[in-house]
Amino acid sequence: MKLAEWFAKIKAEFILNFVEDNRWRYLVKGLGNTLQITIAAVLIGIVIGTLVAAVRSSWDQNQEGMRRGAGRTLLKIANGICRVYLTIIRGTPVVVQLMIIYYVIFASSNNGVGVAMLAFGINSGAYVAEVIRGGIMSIDRGQMEAGRSLGFGYVQTMRFVIVPQAFKNVLPALANEFIALLKETSVAGYVAVTDLTKGGDIIRGRTYSAFMPLIAVALIYLALVMLLEWLDRRLERRLRSSDH
Amino acid sequence: MKKFIAAALCLVMILGLSACAGSSKTDTSAATAAASTAAPAASASASAAAASSAAGKTLIMATNAEFPPYEYYENDKIVGIDAEIAQAVCDKMGCTLEIDNMEFGSIVTAVSSGKADFGMAGMTVTDERKQSVDFSTSYATGVQVVIVKDGSEITSVDDLSADGAKYMVGVQQDTTGDIYATDDFGDERVQRFNKGADAVAALSAGKIDCVIIDNEPAKAFVAANTGLKILDTSYVTEDYAACFAKGSTLTAEFNTALEALIKDGTVQSIIDKYISAD
Repeated sequence: MKLAEWFAKIKAEFILNFVEDNRWRYLVKGLGNTLQITIAAVLIGIVIGTLVAAVRSSWDQNQEGMRRGAGRTLLKIANGICRVYLTIIRGTPVVVQLMIIYYVIFASSNNGVGVAMLAFGINSGAYVAEVIRGGIMSIDRGQMEAGRSLGFGYVQTMRFVIVPQAFKNVLPALANEFIALLKETSVAGYVAVTDLTKGGDIIRGRTYSAFMPLIAVALIYLALVMLLEWLDRRLERRLRSSDH
Repeated sequence: MKKFIAAALCLVMILGLSACAGSSKTDTSAATAAASTAAPAASASASAAAASSAAGKTLIMATNAEFPPYEYYENDKIVGIDAEIAQAVCDKMGCTLEIDNMEFGSIVTAVSSGKADFGMAGMTVTDERKQSVDFSTSYATGVQVVIVKDGSEITSVDDLSADGAKYMVGVQQDTTGDIYATDDFGDERVQRFNKGADAVAALSAGKIDCVIIDNEPAKAFVAANTGLKILDTSYVTEDYAACFAKGSTLTAEFNTALEALIKDGTVQSIIDKYISAD
């Protein structure tokens, strides 16, 4: 008897929150925006991160041995810019960065999704840069020496010897960063972007029941993260197959 | 070293668990207090005059302090019409008032779940809200208006719903402005902000074309920014009331005190203090 009542209550809540007025459409729209923002931010983050990591790690590895000249000064300046970028982006919360970019830098734009993609991409780039740099630095110095002694230049050694090995090391940390990025995008609601979390909030504001929308949003994020984890496992397994 | 780290982690876990235990204890004590007040209040329904069961307690008011002149921050304190009326009612009931600031959409949840004793936030009485909370007597009225930039081509609400109109409307999330705008113009035309002030900032920056919000906050926002003006609308006049958990015993006592204050003119004088008559 009680079970039937409880079940009927859950069913009524479900209908109120998702079926009535087609409220599930808020979640679908939110999911679409979240995925768009995350994928774009991941791509931007990888590009920025790779560039910054390349500059930072080549400066750290080469600065003692380089001849004084234009090339060295250029690298020094680039390294300085990268360090400032890393400190600022890692030193401020992503919400604050998002709002500064939306309300101050791109004040006249009303494209919330585009601005969010850029903001999260810039933010992610800083963390990805450090992850990649860590991966590169973790490769034994002997590999670089071996490459150089074979006649490769610095860039060639990096390309053929170091980076392929570093890639396997950085994968778990990179997957971690992108899983975190997926959930960081949940603050996009601060700039009036209807992402998944905001979609749940809108339903919650209409129906005044907290349970269903929040659980539904959490389950959707969980499903996405489990998908990302599965992809990461497959990729790592394939890369490990050469480790015999 | 390892043993030290293990011991430190154990300590952190124990402290974390004790924090959980602490909050659940206050929940159960609040539940027993509610149960014990429900019994006498049920038997002595309207006579709250002498032995008010809320007397001596601290009442927590949930509000969204971004809604001048009803509630807003001034030098670290939350002031405004709602804050002062709540204080007056609590004084009359003999309890202390504590104000909790949160997002507007969370107020109903906080009140229904018992995190707050009542909510007062320039909240309009709607049938849908009545399904989740009980409302007190209405103490003020408001009406939704439209804020636009000076020189905007929008001259009335009808412009927004005209055929082929592509105007972007900003609202504060979960307010009646949000509900009306979504019903009238659809989700594609509405941008929901966490605060009215964010919507007005977006309007000033040209990201949206207009903002629909209650008339008194609209006046405050327009006064604080240059280049904005308010249009009259034909939206319905709304009643503001305080909300309580469904079946709460506090509602009746609150109403008695509130009605007494309305009768002796205190409520009107508080409103007049913040809103000069047009």
